[in-house]
Amino acid sequence: MSEPILQVRDLVKHFPVKRGVLFRRTIGQVKAVDGVSFDLNKGETLGVVGESGCGKSTLAQVLMRLEPATSGTALFEGQDIFSLNGSALRRLRRDIQIVLQDPYTSLNPRMTVGDIIGEPFEIHPEVAPKGDRKAKVRELLDVVGLSPEHVNRYPHQFSGGQRQRIGIARALALRPKVIICDEPVSALDVSIQAQVMNLLAELRREFSLSYVFIAHDLSVVRHLSDRVGVMYLGRMVEMGTEEQIYEHPTHPYTQALLSSVPVPDPSLRGQREIIRLTGDVPSPVSPPSGCRFRTRCWKARDLCATETPPLVDPGTSPVEGATWPGGDEGASHPSACHFPEEKPKVVA
Amino acid sequence: MSTEGHPAEPPNESPLQDPAAPAVVQQGAEPLLAVSGLHVEFRTREGVARVLNGVRYHVDAGETLAVLGESGSGKSVTANTVMGILEMPPAAITAGEIRFRGEDLLTATASRRREVRGEGIAMIFQDALSALNPVFTVGFQIEEQLRQRRGMSRRDARKRAIELLDLVRIPNAKGRVRQFPHEFSGGMRQRAMIAMSLALDPEVLIADEPTTALDVTVQAQIMDLLAEIQRERNMGMVLITHDLGVVAEVADRIAVMYAGRIVEEADVHSIYRQPGHPYTRALMDSMPRLDQRGQELNTIKGLPPSLTAIPKGCPFHPRCPMAIDLCREKDPELLPIAEGRVSACHRSDELMRDE
Ligand SMILES: Nc1ncnc2c1ncn2[C@@H]1O[C@H](COP(=O)(O)OP(=O)(O)OP(=O)(O)O)[C@@H](O)[C@H]1O
Ligand SMILES: Nc1ncnc2c1ncn2[C@@H]1O[C@H](COP(=O)(O)OP(=O)(O)O)[C@@H](O)[C@H]1O
Ligand code: SF4
Ligand code: SF4
Ligand SMILES: [Mg+2]
Ligand SMILES: [Mg+2]
Repeated sequence: MSEPILQVRDLVKHFPVKRGVLFRRTIGQVKAVDGVSFDLNKGETLGVVGESGCGKSTLAQVLMRLEPATSGTALFEGQDIFSLNGSALRRLRRDIQIVLQDPYTSLNPRMTVGDIIGEPFEIHPEVAPKGDRKAKVRELLDVVGLSPEHVNRYPHQFSGGQRQRIGIARALALRPKVIICDEPVSALDVSIQAQVMNLLAELRREFSLSYVFIAHDLSVVRHLSDRVGVMYLGRMVEMGTEEQIYEHPTHPYTQALLSSVPVPDPSLRGQREIIRLTGDVPSPVSPPSGCRFRTRCWKARDLCATETPPLVDPGTSPVEGATWPGGDEGASHPSACHFPEEKPKVVA
Repeated sequence: MSTEGHPAEPPNESPLQDPAAPAVVQQGAEPLLAVSGLHVEFRTREGVARVLNGVRYHVDAGETLAVLGESGSGKSVTANTVMGILEMPPAAITAGEIRFRGEDLLTATASRRREVRGEGIAMIFQDALSALNPVFTVGFQIEEQLRQRRGMSRRDARKRAIELLDLVRIPNAKGRVRQFPHEFSGGMRQRAMIAMSLALDPEVLIADEPTTALDVTVQAQIMDLLAEIQRERNMGMVLITHDLGVVAEVADRIAVMYAGRIVEEADVHSIYRQPGHPYTRALMDSMPRLDQRGQELNTIKGLPPSLTAIPKGCPFHPRCPMAIDLCREKDPELLPIAEGRVSACHRSDELMRDE
C-alpha cells in the first residue's frame, strides 16, 4: 500500500442559516459536510459520487481552503492544511489545484483565454520564466483539446464544453501534486471527455499525481478511480475499491444510484431492473435522525431511525441483524448501513 | 426574419436544399416541425464562422428525436434559431426553412412567429439557473406567461402555476410557488423550467441538455417525467444531448451533428447496432461504460474544425480513420444508406457492409 498524501478525518463544514434584516440571527446550520474521513494515496484516484447538494463541492472547497472547516483535520503530506499560512500556504496553493464544476461562472469574462491560463504563472513566476509562458499556454490549450489560435478569445465565445477545457488547462498549469476535480468532464461530449480522461490518467502516471475525482457520471468515475466513496447528505455511506462499489455494492443508496445509470444499448430498454428513488433529498439543515437515507430507503426499519450506522466493514465488525452473505472476502468493505447486503445483478 | 441572401459560395448539398423531400419522413405526411437547409453565420473578429451549414431535421407528434453532437457542433444554435432567440447580430440566418405544421417561420410575420413560439414550440434550456430570472419568484415567471399570452387573471394564473409545479412533481407546490430560483435545488430548478415551458401547452418541446448538470437519480426522474408528459400530450420532442446512454433509453430517432450539419440520421436501434458514419462510430467507441474499466478510452484524434475555416471536402476528414483522397476533395451528400437511414460519407456502404 502506498503512503497517503491526503488524510481527512471527521471533516465537518456547517454553514449558518441566517434570518432577519437588522438583527441577523442564526436559526440553524446547513450540515453540508458532516463527518467525512478518507485517505488519498499517492498516485491514486479517489472517486466521489453522490446526489446534488450532498456536499461534494463543499468538501472540495474546504480542502482547497476556499472555505474554513467547522471541525476536523486534513493533512497534506503530513501537514495540517487548515493551520498553514505564509509561504507554506503559497506552496499548498501550488500543490493542490481544483477544476471546477461550472464552466459558465468559473472563468472571468473580461480576461482572454491566454490570460486566464497564464494567470497562475503570474502568481507563481518560479514555475515558468516570462519568456516561456506564451508557449506554455499554447501547449496547455493543445493538451486540453483547444485550438492554440483561440488564445485571444474571451470565455463567452466558447461553448460550455470548450469553457470547461479552459478551466482544466488552468489547473494543469502549475503541475500540482493533487488535483481536486469537481465534475470536470460532465459538460464535455464523449470524444473530448475521453481525451481529457486519458489525459488525466496519463498525467497521473507521468507525475504521480493524485486525484479526488468528483463526478455525477458513475461510468466516468469508474473508469478513472481506484477507490470510490459514495456520499449522501454530508456523509460517506459506502467506500471501497472500484470493483467493490460497482460489482458488490451493499448500501441501498449505492444500489439505487447504479441502477439509475442509463445504459447505452437501446435493446436493453425496459429490461433492466431500475430502482427509482422517490422523494427529494431531505434538507441538510435538519437531516433525518439515525440513518440519513432512511426517508428514501425501501429497507428502513425502526433501528434505522434511532441509530446512526457507522461507516464500517461488516466483514470485520458485523452488525447485529445484518445479513452479510458470508464467504466473499473481496466484497467486504465499509458500508454505513445497518443491513448491508449485496443485491444480485444491480448492473445490467 | 430577413434572410440576408445566400452565402457567397452556394452550399453544395443539393438534397438538403429540397425541403419537400426530407429523406426520413413517411410519404405524404407533413412533419410537425421540420428544419431544412438551415445556414447560420456568426460574424466575429476572426472572420465569418459558418456555424450551421445546411441543418435539417424533423420531428413528429409523439416522437423523440435526439440531436447528438460534440460541443460546438451547433445543436444549441439550431434550437435557438428555431425558437427565434438567436442574437442577430452577431448571428445571421443566410438560408433555410423552419416549418411548423408546414408554415415557414422564417418568412412569417413577427407576430405570427411569436404566437407559434411558446404555444407551438417551447424550449427547456441547457442552463436552468441562467434561464430563470433570479429576481422574480418561480411562480411569477410562470404566471407572467399565462397572464400575457392567455389573458388569465392573477388568481387563475397562480392556480395554474401551482398545478404545473405539481405536475412536474415539485413537493409542496403551494409553498414553492412563492420561492426564488436560488431557493430550489438543481433538480427542482430543472423541473420548474419544464413547468414553465409547458405553461402554454406546446406541441413541440425542445430540451437542450435538460439533465446534463444533474445526478443520475434526478436525471432518471426528469427523463421519466419528460417521457410521461410527452406520452400524455402526444408532444414531439427534440432532445439535445451528448449522453449516448440517455439517447439509448429515450430516443426514437437520432440525428448526429458535426460542424454545423447532420452527418447521420437513423432510428435508435439500427444506429447503435451499426453506425453508418465514421463519426458516429467513433463517438460510440469513445464512451466510458459502467460495465467496463478500460485502461485507455478510444478517442477521436484532433479537434472539431474551426468554423471560420472548415476544411474542403468532408469536414470530418482530418480526424477520420477512413479518409481517402476523395474525402479531401468532395463534400459527401446526406444520402439514404438503408431503410429510413441517411448518412453523409463517401464510404458509408463499407460501414454498412462489414458487420
Ligand atoms: N455558502 C453557503 N451558504 C449556505 N449553504 C451552502 C453554501 N454552500 C453550500 N451550501 C449548502 O450546502 C449543501 C451542499 O452543497 P454543495 O454545493 O457542496 O453540494 P454538491 O453535492 O456539490 O451539489 P451540486 O452537485 O448541486 O453542486 C447544499 O445544501 C447547499 O445548499
Ligand atoms: N456569440 C457567439 N459569437 C461567436 N461564436 C459563437 C457565439 N455563440 C456560439 N458560437 C459558436 O457557434 C458554435 C456552435 O455553438 P453551440 O450551438 O452553442 O454549440 P453546442 O452544440 O455545444 O450547443 C461554436 O463554435 C461556438 O463557438
Ligand atoms: S441503515 Fe436502514 S435506512 Fe439506512 S440504508 Fe441501511 S437499511 Fe436503509
Ligand atoms: S467521407 Fe471520408 S472523411 Fe468523411 S467520414 Fe466518410 S470516410 Fe471519413
Ligand atoms: Mg457540486
Ligand atoms: Mg449547447
